[in-house]
Amino acid sequence: MSTGEIAAPPQAPRRDRAPLAHRAPAIAGVARAAIRTEGLTKRFGSQLAVNDVSLEVPEGSVFGFLGPNGSGKTTTVRLLLGLLTPDAGHAELLGRRMPEASDEVLPSVGALIDGPACYPWLTGRQNLERFDAFGPDPQRKDRARRIDEALARVGLGNAADKRFKAYSLGMRQRLGLANALLRPRRLLILDEPTNGMDPQGTREIRHLVRELAADGATVFVSSHLLAEIEQLCTHVAVMSRGSLLAQGSIAELQVGTEAVVRVETTDVALACAVLSEAGLHPTATGSAVTAASGPAEAPSLPPAEELVRRLVHAGVGVRRFVIERPSLEETFVAMTGEGFDVAQ
Amino acid sequence: MLRNELSTLFRRRRTQAMLAALAVVPVLISVVVRLSGGPSGGEGPRFLSQVTHNGVFAVLAGLTVMLPIFLPMAVTVVAGDAIAGEAGLGTLRYLLVRPAGRARLLACKTVAVMAFCLAATATVAVAGLLSGVALFPLDRVTTLSGDTLPLSVGMVRIAIAAVLVAVSLLGVAAIGLFVSTMTDVPVGAMAATLALFIGVGVLNALPQVDVIHPFLLTNYWTSYADLLRTEVRWGGIVRNVGLQGLYLAVFGSAAWARLTTKDVLC
Repeated sequence: MSTGEIAAPPQAPRRDRAPLAHRAPAIAGVARAAIRTEGLTKRFGSQLAVNDVSLEVPEGSVFGFLGPNGSGKTTTVRLLLGLLTPDAGHAELLGRRMPEASDEVLPSVGALIDGPACYPWLTGRQNLERFDAFGPDPQRKDRARRIDEALARVGLGNAADKRFKAYSLGMRQRLGLANALLRPRRLLILDEPTNGMDPQGTREIRHLVRELAADGATVFVSSHLLAEIEQLCTHVAVMSRGSLLAQGSIAELQVGTEAVVRVETTDVALACAVLSEAGLHPTATGSAVTAASGPAEAPSLPPAEELVRRLVHAGVGVRRFVIERPSLEETFVAMTGEGFDVAQ
Repeated sequence: MLRNELSTLFRRRRTQAMLAALAVVPVLISVVVRLSGGPSGGEGPRFLSQVTHNGVFAVLAGLTVMLPIFLPMAVTVVAGDAIAGEAGLGTLRYLLVRPAGRARLLACKTVAVMAFCLAATATVAVAGLLSGVALFPLDRVTTLSGDTLPLSVGMVRIAIAAVLVAVSLLGVAAIGLFVSTMTDVPVGAMAATLALFIGVGVLNALPQVDVIHPFLLTNYWTSYADLLRTEVRWGGIVRNVGLQGLYLAVFGSAAWARLTTKDVLC
């Protein structure tokens, strides 16, 4: 099932950091991976929940982990965090084997797993105090400050002293996020972070994720909502029925998909001629010219600026110029050959 | 970690309500004995007839009434909830990725449950003491042997008896903790533990299986009364403490084995 896997370097080689990696990287050119799994497999009874998943999440990326409901995303997240024992394969977080290195690694990892879970009879603040107190590094001194900051960051400052049972779904989700942000983190694993959020909340989450990434953290976001991910992520992986279908940077995943050039012009015939010359296949309708880049095997589309330059040089009056690529959703439907429904 | 666990446990309304309910019974005993002018000699639970002469016996009467059912029931609720409650709420996963450490978490929960055993017993004892002292005179303490001890000596012995009652609850607590690691449904863990406890009580009442009686959790439970003899008889007390320790070790290990290998899916 993992034949569609794209294994190319997602960023420029960083040879200077290579000696830091104490394990031979699976992919040439990637010095460090925030998350790496090899052949991760988990079976529940007769059902193969996660099947031979080898993930490679580059440090510093915003990594979208996509798949329909029931495709094994949450199980993978639980395996990563040591909540489940894999039947085969292994997982590494920040270069250390899980779950053996839990005590060293997990304090630098913030996680939201399968929705928030808190004590209904405690207030938001008391819930965070409790979670914070249960680690190997309690850091009591600045706890109150860290909690206040985390609550403010997710917009819960005013509801901090309300009991959790009085929280709405969106507020609960925010408290879960605050828990993930209680300490400076190198890696955030956010499973469906926008569940139950209103559109405003969803925007805030996106903003938060960008902020975290800007601070240098790696953010691993799982979601079944493609549009949400598309705007956020530098890299994506696609799960379907427990298997990893593809992973790589967004650009890599869109390589091989057909792009379409749309030009609005007064000189339809001339524009068609120029685009044909550039190796495209234009068709004219009214004042618009639509040109496909050709079959997926030959992604020979010249850069946009080059096309525009050629058009203008030829004397074409360009009113509007757009290159459209298929959305991630279309890419994945093409890749999986199926809709984005619950897979069983 | 432990401090937070204890404050979370005792801040919870359910815990407070259980302790309040436990306090009511000894007070009720004192009041009823006071209003009725005392039971006709020798009837009713042990120590009850002495309450009218000496208020401190309300402590022993209270413990005697509460030990067979009510105290173990309260312990069952807290112990059964220990891990299963976290699993049921889903907070177990967040504690574990903090990371709380599975063995550390179990140790913390064990200490908290032990603290509850002590708190529950202390509540019964203090409620008995206060109501007894308020409604009855104080006097030298009459022992089971028929002698009397100075009030101070008697009080110390009664205090030790209360601690022994708390220790008697540790076996139930250990079973509760173990069952609690087996399920995500706290009510299930509580019910199963209570059922086991009642089953043990039934076995202990059957003379046909007296060979296993020395290994049954509740077999030496009444041994604390031996403190109220002029010459304290330690045999039963030592055996009780040893047996509770054994249950704690066996079921504690089983709980550890279960929790440290468990797939956390809640």
